[in-house]
Amino acid sequence: MSDHSKSSPLKMYFSVWAALLVGTIITYKAAFLELGRFNAAVALTIATVKALLVALFFMHIRGAHEKLLKLVVISTIFFLILLLALSMADYGTRLWS
Amino acid sequence: MATPSGPQGERENYLNKHYGVGSWLLTTDHKRIALLYLISITFFFFIGGFFALLIRLELLTPAGDLVQADSYNKLFTMHGMVMVFFFLIPSIPAVLGNFLVPMMIGARDLAFPRINLLSWYLYIIGGVMMMHCMLTGGVDTGWTFYTPFSTAFTNTKIVEAGLAIFVAGFSSILTGLNFVVTIHRMRAPGMTWSRLPLFIWAHYATSIIQILGTPVIAITIVLVAVERTLHLGIFDPKLGGDPLLFQHLFWFYSHPAVYIMILPSMGIVSEIIACFSRKRIFGYSFVALSSIAIAVFGFLVWAHHMFVAGISVYAALIFSLLSYAVAVPSAVKVFNWTATLYKGSIRYDAPMLYAFGFLGLFTIGGLTGLFLACLGIDVHVTDTYFVVAHFHYIMVGGALMGYLGGMHFWWPKISGRLYPEGWARLAALIVFIGFNLTFFPQFILGYVGMPRRYYQYPQEFQVLNVLSTAGATVLGVGYLLPMIYFLWSMRYGKPAPDNPWNAAGLEWKTPSPPTTFNFEEEPVVTWEAYNYEEIDAHSDIRPDEEAPSVG
Amino acid sequence: MSDSPAVAIHGEAHGEAHGAAHNPALLHHFAEPQQQRDAASLGMWIFLATEVMFFGGLFCAYLIYRRWYFEDFGAASKSINATLGATNTAVLICSSLTVVLAIWAAQTSRRALLIGSLVLTMLFGVAFLGIKGVEYKEKFEEHHVPGASFSFDRVPIPRHPDQYANPQHAQIFFSLYFIMTGLHALHMIIGLGIFTWLLIMAWKGRFTPEYYTPLEMGGLYWHFVDIVWIYLFPLLYLIDRHP
Ligand code: HEM
Ligand SMILES: [Cu+2]
Repeated sequence: MSDHSKSSPLKMYFSVWAALLVGTIITYKAAFLELGRFNAAVALTIATVKALLVALFFMHIRGAHEKLLKLVVISTIFFLILLLALSMADYGTRLWS
Repeated sequence: MATPSGPQGERENYLNKHYGVGSWLLTTDHKRIALLYLISITFFFFIGGFFALLIRLELLTPAGDLVQADSYNKLFTMHGMVMVFFFLIPSIPAVLGNFLVPMMIGARDLAFPRINLLSWYLYIIGGVMMMHCMLTGGVDTGWTFYTPFSTAFTNTKIVEAGLAIFVAGFSSILTGLNFVVTIHRMRAPGMTWSRLPLFIWAHYATSIIQILGTPVIAITIVLVAVERTLHLGIFDPKLGGDPLLFQHLFWFYSHPAVYIMILPSMGIVSEIIACFSRKRIFGYSFVALSSIAIAVFGFLVWAHHMFVAGISVYAALIFSLLSYAVAVPSAVKVFNWTATLYKGSIRYDAPMLYAFGFLGLFTIGGLTGLFLACLGIDVHVTDTYFVVAHFHYIMVGGALMGYLGGMHFWWPKISGRLYPEGWARLAALIVFIGFNLTFFPQFILGYVGMPRRYYQYPQEFQVLNVLSTAGATVLGVGYLLPMIYFLWSMRYGKPAPDNPWNAAGLEWKTPSPPTTFNFEEEPVVTWEAYNYEEIDAHSDIRPDEEAPSVG
Repeated sequence: MSDSPAVAIHGEAHGEAHGAAHNPALLHHFAEPQQQRDAASLGMWIFLATEVMFFGGLFCAYLIYRRWYFEDFGAASKSINATLGATNTAVLICSSLTVVLAIWAAQTSRRALLIGSLVLTMLFGVAFLGIKGVEYKEKFEEHHVPGASFSFDRVPIPRHPDQYANPQHAQIFFSLYFIMTGLHALHMIIGLGIFTWLLIMAWKGRFTPEYYTPLEMGGLYWHFVDIVWIYLFPLLYLIDRHP
């Protein structure tokens, strides 16, 4: 919550901002390269890194003075993955038999 | 020692602090909001009950004589929608949870009192929409809204009913959000996690489901509404969509939702059993953590409602196994409650009778759930009255019994009056008998092949159906009785002492009825939960005098 | 609970204590400002959790149909203007930066920067919606809006120019595209409403280095909407961009 005791975070904010913009450009450019199945992987990996950057530095999850907020984030992602993964347990195996 | 207060109005409390309709409709006091909810959900309980009565009357005879197929479809749909979304899901959390969560942890209110009021208004808006929908035609798809029937075929009011549930869903989300924040942030000094009443643990677990599950049904409803108005094909096999996707999304919420109904009830039963056997709950931490386990595991089993719908065999196997797993934490609770009773000095007051009812009926409901989770048996009994009996044993036999038990247990605190114990015991007995008479025959009916959701049936099923309808009548009387004597006691009941059951728990250290801010001074907790041995050891001393007198 | 008068007196005492407290923003049922702030931020994060699951249902539907109808989704995705999408991503990222700047400005009592950053954030938000509108207009003109006038005839599949995409499956893509971006845009509009309110509060000088919780909460919401877009962009615009 309160990082005004620390030195100015401006440098960090601007570096994160720059990294996010670079990530966007890479995502955009990479989409036109021929990477086969890895196109999606690259795009989603970069998206996840960008999302993490926003969450950790802009939303201050990194500096949060307690673990609880991190727990909220992690368990939300966990339940989201549950929804996707267990649905896939059906859709991914329908053609097996 | 508190002198029992005189008639209401002598001592200032949350009920008489302010007067007038405005003071209720704009209140942010969690206790008053709880009462607003109490009135609203009771209203919907009787609406839902009215539909149930018509259903049972129709099924009294094999022929379709009271209503026609179309109306029958609407009856069971609206019964289900009202009971699930407008009664059972809000019931315990919004009434007893709202009233008790802050008091049990030593807080003055929920963390966000205005959001709490907002959530009641959302519920009411949803409720009004639902009433409007029902009065202008209703819905005939069953409470499950299966596609493509709901999106491409039926010409009843799907979108309006869906929006009503959408809005009520946000009320449920906000309640859960408020509880989690309150339980984390507002506990009194000394109220550590291991000292929390199990009621709180249960509501914490319930809130997790409300927070993470409800949004999924909200978006599903949006998709159904869009699909129905524009025919995009998202759920329509004719247009390349998959109707099972709807079922996945629907049950991702609706299976966990059954735990929204039962977990708070389990919390109540823990409180009652501890108090009326004068013992600490056996295996406190197991009971506490099993609530969390149920909330989490509850999200892993949803496709057991879809075994015969066309999901892959492998998925069915996985979901069957996981469904067995979710029964484990439920069983842990039942065993621990039973162990608590062992060598306890048991008193058979009305709340305890309901708790006993819960124990037996929930066990039957849970065990038949295991039958259904078994693939081979499910193919045989799915969509029969066996399933109907299963979930009523849990939702009515379990959740509703717990709710009534809790209402009796905390009524003196809520109203400041004692209810008539003799009548209450009689009502508990009537409810128990009526319930079993209604729903036990349905297990047999389903097992021998009577499908659910039909308005006619072959002659040979009549005897059991007549028994069921007779039981429903008894059950109805059992529900009316508490309604009547609670109302009666508000005027004529004996004034309640602060702690009529000599129970542990911070809520009993407030006056009956409590003042607006519950506690004069922030309490400091120095004792473990359910310290009944301690309390009874100095039985001449009331627990409220052990509280450190900071004031 | 020894006797009733005590209750009343204590009740009053609380009212006074809080009336006299230095921080008028402290609500009566909280013991201290820190508790109130912590409650607010936990509440906001939990609200965001519900938002994640809300969009999660859509991502689930998207995932399933994308696997089933990959080629058709590729063809449909290719018809959307990826440059506009990328531009919009950049616009949102810039708006997230101005949000953190606004909070920093409040923490360090820089009024001009605070108000400037809030205004910039809202301008970025409006720009995003404007670009989105251009994109929607294109889709409308191409008859790619699902419904009666939808048409996606004879559109070749990426990598297989000799095969045409199935219009029905493409319509599912566009349905998801419009629902997902539409809900996202709705969140942006709500965000603009929140920021208008924050701007008014900031204008009136309500925020101090001690009290800026609403800014933080509004910021969390804004960043969350940004994150959703960070995923929507590659998932909807960049499925298969090959000729
Ligand atoms: C002990 C754990 C439980 C297990 C293993 C279990 C298992 C099942 C299964 C497999 C079905 C699907 C039957 C079918 O449609 O063929 C089912 C239906 C149902 N269960 Fe349970 N159940 C359990 C607990 C509960 C609880 C606690 C509740 C409610 C509070 C509940 C409420 C329902 C409802 C409402 C349905 C029917 C939904 C419908 O089709 O309308 N169950 N259960
Ligand atoms: Cu289930």
